[in-house]
Amino acid sequence: MKVRVVVTLKPGVLDPQGKAVHKALGGLGFAGVEDVRTGKLVELDVADDTSDTAIDEMCRRLLANTVIENYRVERL
Amino acid sequence: MKTAVIVFPGSNCDRDLAVALEAVTGKAPAMVWHGENQLPDGLGLIALPGGFSYGDYLRCGAIAARSPIVRAVVEAAERGTPVFGVCNGFQVLTETGLLPGALMRNEALDFVCRDVALTVENAQSAFTSRYEAGETIRIPVAHHDGNYNADSETLDRLEGEGRVAFRYAETVNGSARNIAGVLNAAGNVLGMMPHPERRIEAAHGGDDGRRLFEGLLETVGA
Repeated sequence: MKVRVVVTLKPGVLDPQGKAVHKALGGLGFAGVEDVRTGKLVELDVADDTSDTAIDEMCRRLLANTVIENYRVERL
Repeated sequence: MKTAVIVFPGSNCDRDLAVALEAVTGKAPAMVWHGENQLPDGLGLIALPGGFSYGDYLRCGAIAARSPIVRAVVEAAERGTPVFGVCNGFQVLTETGLLPGALMRNEALDFVCRDVALTVENAQSAFTSRYEAGETIRIPVAHHDGNYNADSETLDRLEGEGRVAFRYAETVNGSARNIAGVLNAAGNVLGMMPHPERRIEAAHGGDDGRRLFEGLLETVGA
């Protein structure tokens, strides 16, 4: 079973990379981009019987740093 | 004082730390590989070096913080053994949870590699007793991800408890409240982005970093 974990910076945490991308988009002439936030995508291939709790624990203990990041789990 | 330097794949300041520790303590530290699960007995200091452990994959220090030897380091820290993390070592310590906060990409996105002025904020810890509170020292930095971040409640607590050991006296990387180094609540764990081990003799351009190791030696005992 494929699981997708999306890791994003918490609202309010400064995202210098997002800012740089935002600036570069402006440089390319794209108007109307209000803000850019970058994040990370982790795809896991796990056994079908892997519980939500186990996946949540993987996120909390390694995939995301909950001091600065939020995560969202999508089962595909 | 018996010391150990933890070596991860991708560490590149382990030798700098070893040279500094031997210069100050007179004894070469034990170099402990990340795959080990036991530390030598009777250590007066465990040092986590700078570098790019595990290629900075996932997040700086994230994989190293879950390595077998770091589990032993966390247990030793909880028993009161002094633990010192420099640069990537600081990132590892925040990733273990031994120190609060996180180190993010520098605000200007640049790798910063130069001497910086630091203010000694707490001169009473085991690591900083040879400095004067408020003193300005010069120590080099070399990092891309040294932008210290924590929520304002945590920052207030750190300040209130005297756990900000060093603060940048100039703009360096966008760190919250210019924090350059923090202590844990018990005072036996210090993490800092600047490299005191690269400033221990006149040939380095100064020896402001040497007193950190001397102070520790004095506190822990020979």
